[in-house]
Amino acid sequence: MRNRQLYILASLLAVAGLSIFLFKYQTLGFPVRADAETQVWNVEAAVNFEPGPASVKVTLQIPSLTPGFTLLDESFVSRGFGLSTHNTTNGREAQWAVREADGPQTVYYRALVYRDPAKATEDSTPPFPEIPEFDEPSRIAVDGLIAEVRRQSADVASFTSELLRHIDNAGSDQYVRLFLSATSSPNAKAQFATRVLAAAQVPARVSHGVYLKEETAAARTVPLLEVHDGVEWLYFDPVTRAQGWPQDFLVWWRGNGPIADVDGGVDVDVSLAVQRSVLNSLEVAERRMDSMGSQAFDFSLFSLPITTQAVYSVLVMIPIGALVIVLLRNFVGIKTFGTFMPVLVALAFRETRLLWGIVLFAVIVALGLLIRFYLERLRLLLVPRLTCVLTVVVILMAGISVLSQRLDIQPGLSIALFPMVIISMTIERMSIVWEERGASEALQEGIGSLVVAALTYVVMGIPWLSHLIFVFPELLLVVLAVTLLTGRYTGYRLLELKRFRSFAKPANPAGSPP
Amino acid sequence: MSVLARYRSLTESGVLGLNKRNGDYIMRFNPRRLYPLVDDKLQTKQLAIKAGIAVPALYGVIETQHDIRELGTMVAGHREFVLKPAHGSSGDGIIVIAGRSGTRYRTINGTLLDTEFLNHHLSNAISGQFSLGGIQDTVIVEAMVHFSPHFESLSFEGVPDVRVIVFRGIPVMAMVRLPTRQSHGKANLHQGAVGAGIDIATGTTLGGVMSGEVIDTHPDTGVVIAGLTIPEWDTMLDISARCYELTGMGYIGVDIVLDRDLGPLVLELNARPGLAIQIANQQGLLRRLEICEELANFDAPPAERIAFAKQHFAHPVGPVISPAEMEGQIG
Repeated sequence: MRNRQLYILASLLAVAGLSIFLFKYQTLGFPVRADAETQVWNVEAAVNFEPGPASVKVTLQIPSLTPGFTLLDESFVSRGFGLSTHNTTNGREAQWAVREADGPQTVYYRALVYRDPAKATEDSTPPFPEIPEFDEPSRIAVDGLIAEVRRQSADVASFTSELLRHIDNAGSDQYVRLFLSATSSPNAKAQFATRVLAAAQVPARVSHGVYLKEETAAARTVPLLEVHDGVEWLYFDPVTRAQGWPQDFLVWWRGNGPIADVDGGVDVDVSLAVQRSVLNSLEVAERRMDSMGSQAFDFSLFSLPITTQAVYSVLVMIPIGALVIVLLRNFVGIKTFGTFMPVLVALAFRETRLLWGIVLFAVIVALGLLIRFYLERLRLLLVPRLTCVLTVVVILMAGISVLSQRLDIQPGLSIALFPMVIISMTIERMSIVWEERGASEALQEGIGSLVVAALTYVVMGIPWLSHLIFVFPELLLVVLAVTLLTGRYTGYRLLELKRFRSFAKPANPAGSPP
Repeated sequence: MSVLARYRSLTESGVLGLNKRNGDYIMRFNPRRLYPLVDDKLQTKQLAIKAGIAVPALYGVIETQHDIRELGTMVAGHREFVLKPAHGSSGDGIIVIAGRSGTRYRTINGTLLDTEFLNHHLSNAISGQFSLGGIQDTVIVEAMVHFSPHFESLSFEGVPDVRVIVFRGIPVMAMVRLPTRQSHGKANLHQGAVGAGIDIATGTTLGGVMSGEVIDTHPDTGVVIAGLTIPEWDTMLDISARCYELTGMGYIGVDIVLDRDLGPLVLELNARPGLAIQIANQQGLLRRLEICEELANFDAPPAERIAFAKQHFAHPVGPVISPAEMEGQIG
């Protein structure tokens, strides 16, 4: 009964910890590795124009709905222009306005995006389009085209690709050549397709974007035909007629309008540039939280001042160290002085490094023991004696630090971080065990403590583990669950197998007298 | 032998491990609030006296630094006495005085101690040097046990004692601990004393172990260990079984010494008795505990519980065979 409660509690904790972990990892994009980097693209649009004499208003379409990519950061650069951004039916636009401008002008829009497979092509189902108006001959041609295409197709997808095939043969197709020529731009072809599809009561639109494949100083925007079949959007490349979402395609804007429109200016020229770079994944996650207005970061350890963060990056590893102690004590059966003394010593090892840590620890404890044996002869009362040992330990530590400074041994200085109270208690306990149980038992327990401290230090120092726990502190719930489970381990300890070795003979069910 | 095979053979022998002892027996049957009764040897002693269980006579108690000066008056009428920290563990801090020499005290090994040394020792003991966790302690001044010559050939200096594990009032396993030169006369297996299992049914000793190794003869005296009859065995079983009613603790070790004149005396109770008794008996404790849980009536009077123990724990105790398995063997 108690066990079942324990299992339920442990699994609840583990599930809670793991689900927060997975959510942060998958949805929020927190990196599980310290050196994880995310590829990001800097996409920049520059609008150059010659302003007229009166006020100037520049309207630039900017990305809003970008399947496959997430907008991390954006910035608007101009000189002396007022800026505003609006949401429109087709997406978003930025508007720069100025009353007066002199000489050639450039305004910039810059966006930082990264690939995000989780970013789906979420969109609402559009209403049925209004039938566009054509003059009489055009209407007849369009009706004929629709009738012929419909005859050769079965559904919206095949209708669209058949239509695109007709449009592609603009030069020879009897209907299409009324509207397009063989040299018409892909954009014009895509826009004509949306008109025909609208006439056939199929919602369609053109989206324009750039391919983020390689770095280009002058990227070209490419149209993409989006057709809604009543359930979902289908995507067609108007040139190759390939169906499906193209890889690396960043949608910039939708609709039939141009990317930029300058009211009160001439010689408008829009240039796009794509630049690839890498950012630390953690930084990407953080900036993304910011742009999403998510609170996940505000309530993480990253919201703390940097010095406090440094403290917690150590503190969150202590449960891991304690878990190592649990394993070594309850599963292996190593004896140590004091339950958590090895964890504190392991923390001190972080500064001294392992080898020096062990040397310094052994030196201090050995010297402390010598002094303690002498103090025993003076017959001091317990608390004053402990205080004497503590004082001596501090003096020894200071002495070693000064000496190592003289000898230019750097690690000697970091001895200052040794937990002196713990060391004093260790010396006291060790000397009592020494006297009561003999030197071998005292040394055995002392070495046991050191081995446990060293192992704890090694585990607590695993870089990916400390990164993982610091970025995902909820994993401590999983550690807690594991610890709860180990608390009910009632099997033999590894060293008990050795202790009871006289029982370990071939099975003898009757049990003969020894 | 592989780790797994060893593990399995321990399971088959019904050996009780530390984790299982702590988790399934001590935690379940020794309520925390009762611990002071056994951890404080003074309380145990007073309870035992009240219940009519024989213990070494109490001469006095030293509770404060001030009381140390009273030691002289306390032991004025007694040539021999024992100083024992009430919270000491595994014999730490015990001093046995067997006589005087002028103003000095002579210990059982012949060392002469002056008053100053004794006072320092007592003051350390009161400060908690020998207690678990270093808590304030008291020192019991009690009568020295004149140990029965019965074990003389089987011990080197020191006092041999009998340890009985009592599970909810049923004596399940017992051993006699024989001091050696290596253990400095202490009856402590950790320090190198010899442990010899005792057949619960007959009170005769089985083979011995020392430092985890099976031995046939005492290392210092050369006397064969097995086959010795423990005197007043039934009395020992009786007082250990009654220690259950004394404390209410379900899993205890009862330490008994045999006095030349007074017979078996309870020295102390232990709420966390060690597991070495299994090695001394070459028998697993777990199997016996399981037999008790399956078959015993724990509410029966001590005599019935002893009868149960004698019936089921005659050496050697074989593995528990479930009815289904038995059928399988017959079929």
